[in-house]
Amino acid sequence: MDKFIHSVKLDTNACNGCINCIKYCPTQAIRVRNKKAAIIPEFCVDCGRCIRYCPHHAKIPAYDSVHEMKNYKYTVALPAPSFYAQFNNLTNVDIVLNALLSLGFDDVFEVSAAAELVSELTRVYISQHSENAPFISSACPTVVRIIRVRFPTLLPRLLPIKAPVEIAAEIARDRAIKKTGLPSEDIGIFFISPCPSKVTYAKAPLGIRKSNIDKVLAMKEIYPLLLPHMTHDETHLKPLASSGRIGIGWGGSGGESAGLLTDNYLAADGIMDVLRVLNDLEDEKFHDLNFIELNACSGGCVGGTLTVENPHVAASKNKRLHRYLPVAQTHLNQYPDLESGWTEEVEYEPVFRLGKSFRESLEMMGMVEELTEQLPGLDCGSCGAPTCRALAEDIVRGEATQNDCVHILYDYINSLTGEIASLTKSLDLSEKQNNQSLKLLEEYIEKLTTELTRKDL
Amino acid sequence: MAENLTFRYKISGDDFTRAGEASSNVKSKLKQMGVDNNAIRKVAIAMYEGEINMVIHANGGTITVEISSDNIHLVLADTGPGIADIEKAMREGYSTAPEEVRSLGFGAGMGLPNMKKYSDNMTIESVVGVGTTVTMDIHL
Repeated sequence: MDKFIHSVKLDTNACNGCINCIKYCPTQAIRVRNKKAAIIPEFCVDCGRCIRYCPHHAKIPAYDSVHEMKNYKYTVALPAPSFYAQFNNLTNVDIVLNALLSLGFDDVFEVSAAAELVSELTRVYISQHSENAPFISSACPTVVRIIRVRFPTLLPRLLPIKAPVEIAAEIARDRAIKKTGLPSEDIGIFFISPCPSKVTYAKAPLGIRKSNIDKVLAMKEIYPLLLPHMTHDETHLKPLASSGRIGIGWGGSGGESAGLLTDNYLAADGIMDVLRVLNDLEDEKFHDLNFIELNACSGGCVGGTLTVENPHVAASKNKRLHRYLPVAQTHLNQYPDLESGWTEEVEYEPVFRLGKSFRESLEMMGMVEELTEQLPGLDCGSCGAPTCRALAEDIVRGEATQNDCVHILYDYINSLTGEIASLTKSLDLSEKQNNQSLKLLEEYIEKLTTELTRKDL
Repeated sequence: MAENLTFRYKISGDDFTRAGEASSNVKSKLKQMGVDNNAIRKVAIAMYEGEINMVIHANGGTITVEISSDNIHLVLADTGPGIADIEKAMREGYSTAPEEVRSLGFGAGMGLPNMKKYSDNMTIESVVGVGTTVTMDIHL
């Protein structure tokens, strides 16, 4: 699988080539070319910001269809901790879990149960490696992806433990194989996800070679299908819930940290705040921290682009739901054979590097500086790049030209016009000369038309 | 062909919240140029400390960053009060930062020592009442 896939699609009919997404993208991964927004795959970290901000809903999150269930003999649903907070007045997680069975899944395994294992593993890991603290949570795939391309010195700080959803998938698959005797490929592990970043993760995970998740479903698609299967009569529910405060708390920002039972942590959410924290962490501006929890979405996973409930409402529902639950209900001693650590090293991918070598990059950077000076500095986005500097970089990379800048183009047209005006004035008005000036005028108009057509204004 | 690349920054002395902007800007440019990660880290930390010093003590100044193929040369010049006793100022934990600055978490007396620690070569020229110029080199 390609290292740089992402889970944002473009509805080309809906995209009108405006500049909203290019301005909101935190990694400057989008350019408007030929009136359509195009993502540079190497730069995209699947934060979902363009999906949120596109006023035309042209940015579409990718996810699998619920109909994929038909393609497996045995299916297991893995609801994310943030899923429960989508429902109104939910007092018992078993209502949701039983509804998933009624909808057609053969089994369920809560990601929040696996999260309690990850919390336990993290506590052990930090206490054994305290000299290298603080560690950064690796549960949000967007955070791992942005560190991979932007913060090479922070890679060793990533917690080398599988994300809760991966551990849930592994346990669920094992359990299904033991129970049914079916071969692995007949078993479908379906994650019910709050975000498209996990869609990318399932296809191209970092830290492990291959994910045990087969399909990633959107909460917003499952939600309306599940409602008719939910019951108010709790007497006939199968007892399936196996997570407590810690596990369900993972659904919101600060939840993972709360599971570590330490005060020396920092929890930041929202991709812009995440970037600020990573920058400061790189400059060693934090002291005495053990753990750094980062979630790309505001509010944590409850703020994902595939959720239905307002993230702030969901955050409080999440708290209400787990307030009176036991601290944790799933423990490591129940899973002695669990393989929980990362198996692959996450390597730095210097995608933002200008040239192939330092010398080449140095020279290109000089050109970028020079070009940036010449551009108007308005960051208007009309060229399709988010800032004048980004355009300068695109020009130096050979992916744009200076006349993509409308202001430079106007100046150019202006100078052409001035040139032709003074030329025609200086010519004699004899018939022979008149022909020549006509020819010059024709040439000018042709040049102008070519420029304007190319620009496709 | 340009062999060296120079960036100049004017550090404003009256705004704490903007301290660190210049070093952050240099850091992102060095990353784009594929400079060794450890060297970037050293430049970022040394320059950040210098930038903070300028804001705390000298009401701002200018920073020049000169990048060549084997070295990054930083010149931090201000027209502040100057350093009376450089040897003392280089001691870890020694600080003349005012109380209101310390209450913000700065002024721990680690600025100059950290600049020395993270650079391969550092010089300080200072005249009381005239100003201070710190130069640092980080070899590539």
